[in-house]
Amino acid sequence: MAKCVCVVTEFRAGSFRRVSNEVASEGKRIAEALGAPVYGVAVGSGVAAKAAEMGAYGVEKMFVADDASLENYVAETYVPVIAEIVKQCDPAVLILPASVDGKDLSARLAARLGAGLAQDCTAIVCDGGKIKARKPVFAGKAFAWCEWADGAMPMISCRPNVMDCIPADMSKTAAVENVAVTPCDAKSKAVSVDLDASGKVELTEAEIIVSGGRGMKGPENYPIIEKLAKVLGAAVGASRAAVDAGWRPHSDQVGQTGKVVNPNLYIAVGISGAIQHLAGMGSSKFIVAVNKDADAPIFSKADYGVVEDLFNFIPVFTEEVEKLKSTC
Amino acid sequence: MNIVVLLKQTPDTESVIRIAGDGKSIETGDLKWVINPYDEFAVEAALRLKEKHKGTVTIVSWGPQRVVEAIRTALAMGADKGVLVDDDALNGSDSLGVAKALAACVKELTPDVVLCGSRAVDYDLGQRGPMVAELLGWPHIALAVSLDCDGSKVSIERPIEGGKVTLEAALPAVVTMGGSHAVWNPRYASLPGIMKAKKKPLAMKKLADLGLDASDCGASAAKVLITSLEMPAERAPGRIIDTKLDTAGKALELVRLLHEEAKVI
Repeated sequence: MAKCVCVVTEFRAGSFRRVSNEVASEGKRIAEALGAPVYGVAVGSGVAAKAAEMGAYGVEKMFVADDASLENYVAETYVPVIAEIVKQCDPAVLILPASVDGKDLSARLAARLGAGLAQDCTAIVCDGGKIKARKPVFAGKAFAWCEWADGAMPMISCRPNVMDCIPADMSKTAAVENVAVTPCDAKSKAVSVDLDASGKVELTEAEIIVSGGRGMKGPENYPIIEKLAKVLGAAVGASRAAVDAGWRPHSDQVGQTGKVVNPNLYIAVGISGAIQHLAGMGSSKFIVAVNKDADAPIFSKADYGVVEDLFNFIPVFTEEVEKLKSTC
Repeated sequence: MNIVVLLKQTPDTESVIRIAGDGKSIETGDLKWVINPYDEFAVEAALRLKEKHKGTVTIVSWGPQRVVEAIRTALAMGADKGVLVDDDALNGSDSLGVAKALAACVKELTPDVVLCGSRAVDYDLGQRGPMVAELLGWPHIALAVSLDCDGSKVSIERPIEGGKVTLEAALPAVVTMGGSHAVWNPRYASLPGIMKAKKKPLAMKKLADLGLDASDCGASAAKVLITSLEMPAERAPGRIIDTKLDTAGKALELVRLLHEEAKVI
């Protein structure tokens, strides 16, 4: 039998994060092309009881390191544990999440394994048994195809929200093998973890984003788009101009020096469309631009453009969306 | 405190990117080169540490001679000295190869803390800091949006999806920088700073000076390589909603399009 495809899952606060399903699904697709089984890796505290769930996404067997000392992600403690499991599995391909923690983990793990890592990929193909991965470069202004030297294990982290999940088959469970965890003498640790309980939608994982730019004129006007975002179940983003002006927190910044997002729908409100912003949201499936300047560059990227003063348009549009939602 | 900043020179984020004739690199003729913004945050954070604890800030970079300009800019901001690994053998290296050269450089400098960007805005390989830490056997903590150091340990705040983590590491350690210009607000080089920078020491190194050769970290050692570049698919031309409609008419039409045509709401 061919060597396995190994997928690293992400477990936080008692459950697998969605990106785990995406990574497992992508692993399953590659494994089918190679005629190989999919093995999974799960690290965390309390993860053993949940690990079998990954079977729904095609994972045959989960290697689980469950220990209270692994409650929170710390590169120094996670990397040795995962490296040992990967060495034991000796996979043909190693696939990881390119989430915030996943990218960091992947980089350190690659150095430990002496592996070649393609980070933040948006596509993996298996071309006659040869793996290639595609990743955005220059924040999406171009794409690079990565290939591996002969005999080198492809190690690929996948951008969240991009890979399609295979339909979950809840009747299937993965076999679970617990791996002994040797406490390591770590020199770094998580001191505290504050998860936002407000239910705010995270930008990089949002299906819909409403972003406001310089045209919002000040922080006091953001409730206008926050209301629209609430009606749509969307996350709120901002352009660099709005963040630099101190109107919005940096965690909201979309662009080449902020977050690169790829929602189904991106609504740019009062954003002119600087190259650095377009780079961060250009891969959104549908883009709507609302701007009173008909010559704003954002319109060249928009599927639907509305030339109108946002202060007039957004409240009326919000009402119409509300009406639609109430009839659906 | 002995602080090292790993710095990469990248095209300015307002650059238009064009693919070169070889199909796997970019046209560099008309690019404006700058310090990778995330590394510029690292320079700023390093200078703040120096202001608090005294000590030196050393800039370590790699690449061709054009990178001297980026190092001089960091020196003009207030860093003390620079090292540039300029060796043709690094052309075609992968991230691990570059990290080996940088780790060797860092080792010679025996710093208390190494700061670098969490990512570079060019190829966004996102590997340098964690790899250097692993190669040195040091802890690293990533994506700092704040940084505090008492001389024996360093602590940062790191945003994660839907929350925030506070991390700390004993020195020596590597810290990678997240955040944005609004968080770090990197200082501009002053005119006297620019004058002084010209006289600050900048050492040129070859791999051999670091006890390395091309088989350790050159193209032949690379496990992963970029074989081609392509431009994103052009978006189909969009449509401007009839400007003759009134506000309510435009809103209704947009809702209809998003619901019936795009099917996203």
